Amino acid sequence: MASSDGVAIEVRGLWKIFGHRADRVLGSPDAALDPAALRARTGCVAAVRDVSFSVRPGEVFVVMGLSGSGKSTLVRCLTRLIEPTAGEISIAGEDVCAASPARLRDLRRHRVSMVFQHFGLLPHRKVVDNVAYGLEVQGVPRARRHERAREILTLVGLDGHAEARPDQLSGGMRQRVGLARALAADPDVLLLDEPFSALDPLIRRDMQAEVVRLHREVGKTMLFITHDLAEALKLGERIAIMRAGAIVQLGTAEELVGAPADEYVADFVRDVPRSEVLSLRWICRSPGGDERLDGPALPARTIIRDAVPAALESDAPIRVVEDDELLGVVDRRDILASLAGAGS
Amino acid sequence: MTTSQASPAPPAQAAPGAPPGSAGSAGSAGSASSAGLPRWALPLAGAAVAVAAYVAFRGTATLPHDDDAAPFQLVNDLRAWVDANRNRSPLFLFFVNYVRLFVGGLYDVFHLVLSLPGWAGLTGVAAGLGWLTGGRRIGLTAALGFGSFGVLGLWEASVATLALVLTAVLLSLLIGLPLGVWAGRSPRLRRLLAPVLDVMQIMPTFAYLAPMVLFFQIGPASAAVATMIYSIPPAIRITALAIEQVSASAVEASTSLGATRWQTLRKVQLPMARATIGLAVNQTIMMALSMVVIAALIAAPGLGSDIIRGLTRANVGLMLPAGVAIVVMAVVLDRITMSAATRAPYETAGRTRWIVAGALAVGGVALGRALPAEFPQEWVLRFAGPVNEAVAWAKFSWYGFTDAVRNLTTEALLNPLQSVLTGSPWWLVSAVVLAVAWRTGGPRPAAVAVGCLLATAPLGLWQHTMETLTTVLVAVALTLIAGLLLGIAAARSPRFAAVQRPLLDAAQTMPAFVYLLPALALFGATRFTAIFASVIYAIPPVVRLVEDGIRNVSPAAVEAALSCGSTDRQLLWKVRLPLARRAILLAANQGIVMTLAMVVVGGLVGAGGLGYDVVSGFSQRSDFGMGFAAGVATVLLGIMLDRITQGADERNSTPGSNRMTTRKKRIA
Ligand SMILES: Nc1ncnc2c1ncn2[C@@H]1O[C@H](COP(=O)(O)OP(=O)(O)OP(=O)(O)O)[C@@H](O)[C@H]1O
Ligand SMILES: [Mg+2]
Repeated sequence: MASSDGVAIEVRGLWKIFGHRADRVLGSPDAALDPAALRARTGCVAAVRDVSFSVRPGEVFVVMGLSGSGKSTLVRCLTRLIEPTAGEISIAGEDVCAASPARLRDLRRHRVSMVFQHFGLLPHRKVVDNVAYGLEVQGVPRARRHERAREILTLVGLDGHAEARPDQLSGGMRQRVGLARALAADPDVLLLDEPFSALDPLIRRDMQAEVVRLHREVGKTMLFITHDLAEALKLGERIAIMRAGAIVQLGTAEELVGAPADEYVADFVRDVPRSEVLSLRWICRSPGGDERLDGPALPARTIIRDAVPAALESDAPIRVVEDDELLGVVDRRDILASLAGAGS
Repeated sequence: MTTSQASPAPPAQAAPGAPPGSAGSAGSAGSASSAGLPRWALPLAGAAVAVAAYVAFRGTATLPHDDDAAPFQLVNDLRAWVDANRNRSPLFLFFVNYVRLFVGGLYDVFHLVLSLPGWAGLTGVAAGLGWLTGGRRIGLTAALGFGSFGVLGLWEASVATLALVLTAVLLSLLIGLPLGVWAGRSPRLRRLLAPVLDVMQIMPTFAYLAPMVLFFQIGPASAAVATMIYSIPPAIRITALAIEQVSASAVEASTSLGATRWQTLRKVQLPMARATIGLAVNQTIMMALSMVVIAALIAAPGLGSDIIRGLTRANVGLMLPAGVAIVVMAVVLDRITMSAATRAPYETAGRTRWIVAGALAVGGVALGRALPAEFPQEWVLRFAGPVNEAVAWAKFSWYGFTDAVRNLTTEALLNPLQSVLTGSPWWLVSAVVLAVAWRTGGPRPAAVAVGCLLATAPLGLWQHTMETLTTVLVAVALTLIAGLLLGIAAARSPRFAAVQRPLLDAAQTMPAFVYLLPALALFGATRFTAIFASVIYAIPPVVRLVEDGIRNVSPAAVEAALSCGSTDRQLLWKVRLPLARRAILLAANQGIVMTLAMVVVGGLVGAGGLGYDVVSGFSQRSDFGMGFAAGVATVLLGIMLDRITQGADERNSTPGSNRMTTRKKRIA
């Protein structure tokens, strides 16, 4: 209850263990075992292990990890679609784990919506009725909810498809319906569980652009799940990487690429073009004795690639500054090296 | 020629103990063995021991039948007590009698409503309903169907049967659908219900009747309750399946938007399960239709009484019109419900359809008002006489053939087997059943099977159980032989399959006793009649399962066998049949339970055994106890046979799911 301003979602020590004697596993030393050993010993699956993080209002927070790392389970625990085994969750200051069924419904109806990997559309309803479903279960009268649904359909670019049925739409359009349905009740938080994994690459790119646009226009807090690193980098302000149910590293794209916490993360980010993610801060060095210090000054957070024009124009090394203080210098050779993917 | 795929061992080299199922079927595949005994050594030794025991102990420890056995008297006393206390005991005063009144009243209401519009009116309404659900074709089918009831001279009886069916179906659905929905959402309830429904589905129709009489006396009320109980399993099962199958992601999406459980049920699960629930309704109606006929034994009104009378008097001409009427009713109700169920979910009937349907119904009712309520006598077709003449002619002119077939089966199969079974000590029969069930299903099914078998002894019905078992075994053997041949033929020749399919489809929608008709016409009232009827009754599903099983054998296996030079015949015996073993076992299971149901009904046409006990229990008050016990014994026998052949079901994949689908068409 403490931090209702400044935190949209707050998760502390969340556990989800599937299986018969889940709560007994939790207190015991078994909980520390790795998943395969735990399964062999107790038959339980620890899908989420001691996860903590918080999401700021209006942030796009990405959770990523390989298949089976517990991402879906985590996101479903947030609104208790799956009952967590232990831990605290608060959304906009409300303690989710302690909420009564009615409060929980209220939360799902008005404040948190979800978009699913396999869309979860209702095949027996027209598109407009799919979008209006959330309002319908709230008891909004038909005319009002249809009006709202049509507005949202326009927002996601599905004008003129209101009367169609889900099975007449392409995959990309179906997921737009899924998005529209989640947006219809105007929630504060959107949870997106691999919303674009089932789409082909071109459509996926369109949809990602769409999410970026929507985020700009409606400014929702988003928790976005993906196993695609490029997607994570494109959308996420902060990224949490999960392995075997636990978060192994949480930070900005730059932090993950620049300083991976372990082999797993390093492996994950190996193919990322560093010059497009890292800023000058990561490659600047203290000036050598004979170097000129009259080159152009750039802020330390400048992405390396964006420093290329300045480096081309000036013979002198670029000065990297932060708060009017000189952090170091970067010359053409440093920039070329990082563009070529060398370094560290 | 060499093979690259190794998996299905080419037949020539099939070593003993190699792939399970490649030997055993013919018993000859496993040639000389090097390591241990060949697969068939143990069964062979077991058989030898059994034969030796039979020779040594024949005639001892048999349990001959006694019409006045103590258990029968016990039931008779119970009935006497019930009759004496019907209006005194609180159980009856406050529960049973109310149920009886309520169900009876419901039947009266249905009967009244159906009779009010007159024959033209009801036909018009049926046609309108058909048009509404399925368009012109179904509308026409319904009109012709209902018209034919009158033409057959059975309008009144058909209306009574329809009212009884509707009463029973309404009650079944009122109880079955909610229970099914609940079971679909609660795995715990599903686990709880599964064994109960399993047993209900292998219970022969006759077993339901005697307890009904005990509680509700005879008449429409107890007939409706018996029919309801009989037809409720598919309502529960298929509805549960329908709800369970609704895409989990749609349900989750609904929950994630804050829908209550009730909202999710009403707005997501029920609409998405609609087509399958339609199938549940359809199956419930079909089951009810066949039970309603049997229920004539406890004085159900309607077409059944003609059929039962015809059967007991071996009078084909008497029962043929009623049989035709029942089949027509089954077809009409089947088409209407199926087309209502399979209509695409978002498609609502167009406005013209509503108008035409309304016009038909209103027009029919108006016509019904204008015309006399009775179906005009001069339009009635009477063909009992000619039919009986034709039957007599057929009997006479084919006598040589039919008599030879009948005598051959009776002398060569039935009599020897029966004397073996009834002449063996009870412990020997039980030991053999135990061994067989253990081998096919494992220890638990074996224990259940033997338990059921042994329980028939204290019921005082051991001997009659053995007689019925004899008939069932012979019928099953014939069914399996014929079913295998037809199934193999269909799997090998698409053209043959194309001819056979529609016949099988039609056969599977017909109520059970319809099959007694040709049997009775050809063979008169004998034990063989029941066998013949059960063979033709049980063949369609057997053929189907065998055909599908053989056809679904992995093409890779077939290709591998072909590539090492198998002939067609080798391919069939060494690859296709062994690999289709599971389907064939399932076919045996289906065939055996259906056969039992029919053999018991065959008690009406001279099959003897338990079926006859049940029938005489209804015709003579002093035999009521025996009939009651015989009903219980048929159930025990059914469970026993089911357990013995259940290996195919239980050992594989998801129990329940395939039983659900393969059993839904069972109508007995
Ligand atoms: N209902 C369940 N019962 C038992 N185990 C489950 C259940 N749901 C998930 N699991 C297990 O929990 C683990 C995490 O699953 P989860 O679906 O959360 O992974 P994921 O990261 O979303 O994977 P993907 O990228 O494939 O969607 C897996 O090992 C899975 O087998
Ligand atoms: Mg997932």
